[in-house]
Amino acid sequence: MSELAPEGRAFTKGLGRGDRSIPQIMLTDAEAGAAEFAGSDSRSYNYFEPKKRRATKYEDVTLDVQPDPERYLTQSWILGWANGDLGYDPKWTKIQSSDWHAFRDPNEEWEKTIYINNSNSVRQVTNAIENAQSENVFQYWNKSWLPIIAKHVSAWAHADYGIGMYVFLPAQRAAPTNMHNNAIAVNCMHKLRTSQDIMLYNMELMDVFGDEFDGEVHKETWLEDPSWQGVRENVERLMNAKDWAETTFASNIVFEPLVGDLLRSQFVARFAPPHGDSLTPSVISVSQAEFTERDLNYTRDMMTEFLEDETHGEENKQLMEGWLEEWVPYSMQAAKGLEPIWSEPEVQPVSFEDSFEQVKNRFEGILSDLGLRVPEGATR
Amino acid sequence: MARKSVSKAHAKIQELSWEPTFVEKDPKYKTDYTFKEGGQKDPMKQVLQSYFPMQEEKDHRVYGAVDAAIRGNMWRQVQPRWMEWQKLFLSIIPFPEISAARAMPLLTEAVPNPEIHNGLAFQMIDEVRHSTIQMNLKREYMRNYIDPAGFDITEKAFSNNYAGTIGRQFGEGFTTGDALTACNIYLQVVAETAFTNTLFVAMPSEAAANGDYLLPTVFLSVQSDESRHMNNGYGTLLMALANDENKDLIERDLIYSIWNQHAVVDAAIGTIIDYGSKDRRKDRDSYAEMWKRWYYDDYYRSYLVPLEKYGLKVPHDVVEDAWRRISDDFYHHHVAQFFATGWPVNYWRIDPMTDEDFEWFENKYPGWYDKFGKWWEHYSSLSEPNGHNPIAFENTGYVYPHRCWSCMVPCLIREDTIMDYVDGQWRTYCHKWCHWQDTVAYREEYKGRPTPAMGKMTGKREWESLYHGWDLADIQHDLGYVRSDGKTLVPQPHVQFEQDKMWTTDHCKGIEFQSPNVLLNEMSDEEREKHMEEYKQGFTINDTL
Ligand SMILES: [Fe+2]
Ligand SMILES: [Fe+2]
Repeated sequence: MSELAPEGRAFTKGLGRGDRSIPQIMLTDAEAGAAEFAGSDSRSYNYFEPKKRRATKYEDVTLDVQPDPERYLTQSWILGWANGDLGYDPKWTKIQSSDWHAFRDPNEEWEKTIYINNSNSVRQVTNAIENAQSENVFQYWNKSWLPIIAKHVSAWAHADYGIGMYVFLPAQRAAPTNMHNNAIAVNCMHKLRTSQDIMLYNMELMDVFGDEFDGEVHKETWLEDPSWQGVRENVERLMNAKDWAETTFASNIVFEPLVGDLLRSQFVARFAPPHGDSLTPSVISVSQAEFTERDLNYTRDMMTEFLEDETHGEENKQLMEGWLEEWVPYSMQAAKGLEPIWSEPEVQPVSFEDSFEQVKNRFEGILSDLGLRVPEGATR
Repeated sequence: MARKSVSKAHAKIQELSWEPTFVEKDPKYKTDYTFKEGGQKDPMKQVLQSYFPMQEEKDHRVYGAVDAAIRGNMWRQVQPRWMEWQKLFLSIIPFPEISAARAMPLLTEAVPNPEIHNGLAFQMIDEVRHSTIQMNLKREYMRNYIDPAGFDITEKAFSNNYAGTIGRQFGEGFTTGDALTACNIYLQVVAETAFTNTLFVAMPSEAAANGDYLLPTVFLSVQSDESRHMNNGYGTLLMALANDENKDLIERDLIYSIWNQHAVVDAAIGTIIDYGSKDRRKDRDSYAEMWKRWYYDDYYRSYLVPLEKYGLKVPHDVVEDAWRRISDDFYHHHVAQFFATGWPVNYWRIDPMTDEDFEWFENKYPGWYDKFGKWWEHYSSLSEPNGHNPIAFENTGYVYPHRCWSCMVPCLIREDTIMDYVDGQWRTYCHKWCHWQDTVAYREEYKGRPTPAMGKMTGKREWESLYHGWDLADIQHDLGYVRSDGKTLVPQPHVQFEQDKMWTTDHCKGIEFQSPNVLLNEMSDEEREKHMEEYKQGFTINDTL
């Protein structure tokens, strides 16, 4: 007890703080190392097996926060679903695993990184737009390119939105561990943020070009333009599917490589520059990088974990090949449906066939990395 | 991004949603509520382009404070009594936080209003933030506080402990069952709107009074996200109220949520704030005073009651019953006594109460000493291992309680206990509203209407039945609440750090543990009636041991 502040009175008494008491600071010497006794040096979370020798901060703040009756949850889930499913039910995917808890997000996303990475993405996009504005690059744009951005680049925002809001948001409720669900939650935010990036970019262009840029036509394009109906059908079918691992697989292993890559890195990245526009590719490249460097990565690791499962690997492989049979045709149809937009711009630096060949090769590369067979005739 | 352009941007992103036509929308999460399309607007008008940098900035402040606390040796001035209860609190709270994230798609699937969906997606990632930022805070405690044992097993202990289970239903209630019941009424309208003030404002001020200025930094940063979440809830509630068919279900869900959260949150937070503090200034608020201000006046009188004009049936009697348990019936004091009785199967230490504490309690809660003083004196005298048993197994006169089947806090206000034969077994409930939760609310119909989306109460709800007939030392090993030397216990009924004052499993060998519910079900009808009659009469603490 401090002698200097008896009865918890403040020194500030009479200095405008009246009679109010304040809590006393007491020295307790309760810091690490102040005494030695059993357990006094046990200074790491010890209830899980770290992947490397020492647990990462990501592992510390993520593992076992969603408990599991197969691990320590002895009373099991105390609320269940009307149909008898457990609160978190491993049956919610057809994937089987002998250790759900082995998966680690290779991106090691947790609170701090989520905000740093996404803020960096936001800054990249805003800086690109601000630089373009201050250098007034818009005057060099080929005006015939504007409707293409208004329709086709902007229509993609709907795909990102649908997948973020109605595929990944529900999926992050469903997986049996926090590691799966957090990785999916971060993916969800990437998609939603990108969809908004595109919309806000669209809004910027409305300001810059006024009547020359139709800021609203993207929705009509998405809903009615025949080129886009395959993409929309694919997205809507993903939105309605229920198996969280299947929708993650069908979005990131099938749809994004076949359709997303096609639009972002073959159409936008290659067609914009010959029209004087280097800004749209830099806006879109942020989400392209997020997909290839982050979201595809975690999905590949997650699926590899299932495929290499010592007990269920073979069944999981068959299951995923079944998913390919179901989803590749939708994504093929979506990709091929976009073919007409390759002939809309004034300058056409690459043919649809060549563009498609590129993404198809990459897609097949992803599958062969996973050891999955491309379904017969599916990519023709 | 400037404020004006944020609202313009927010209007623009509304163009993103559309109505699917290739599939008939089949919601993944269902509700028995019915909605008309559209309706409420998202009042917060946020876009992710302003959100992420804003949150990143908040993070800078939090991590700056973490560094400062470490550099400034904050732990030289924290009260061990307080830090020990953080082993319980911070083991629980990251799960409800992450559960709130997981809960968001319940509403995006069930409520046809894309503008609200946008707000829910922000909330989802906020909650991931809260959960992991709190796990990180706890990690700092583990690394810097004198006794890390209990922090080191945190999520395991949360999973296998009776107190963890009590807290866990707070999170499970958000994620499971009818989408509206869980995510809107239980999470947003009650948990976030009613309880985040006590959790995230009262808790920090108490922490600061106990020398811990790190928890306030983290929790006030968490709290700064809450107004957005409350707004999400309010919009959905108004949409639900717009449809008369929902009125009975809203009433059911308010009764359930208000009562269950009172039972669960007040048990834990009431105990931590009143028994975990060394700050005994007479003008510092007691938990009951905080409850009166934050819950009764701010939430109940100023938020719920005004909703009556929109047709909300506010369950006044339930709020009053909860308030009576706190203000007159010593609810959380009984809970504190129970936690302290159960210390050998906890994973934190509980400091004995001193004369200074007694005086404060008697002043704040007149009549406290008569009910609890003697028992806490016994607790003190039994706190060091001197050849006697842990207090639960000494003859103090205390009767180990039955557990409430619904809230899983024991039936501590003995005269309120209800015993009933439900689903083929004898169950006990701490209060008529908990009895109602199991027998009326969580059923396949409510007031004559089918409720196929309502969740189910599941799991092994009486913790003691897992260990019925076990030796206490074996339970401690099984739970993993034993320190690195293989015998010293993680929990201790004191905050002394000398090895020879610490209890080991050796002190607990040969003590048989029993489940009151198993015993109750084994009794003859006659024995059971008599037993319950005695139980409801309570007990008297012996003057001497
Ligand atoms: Fe939260
Ligand atoms: Fe209860």
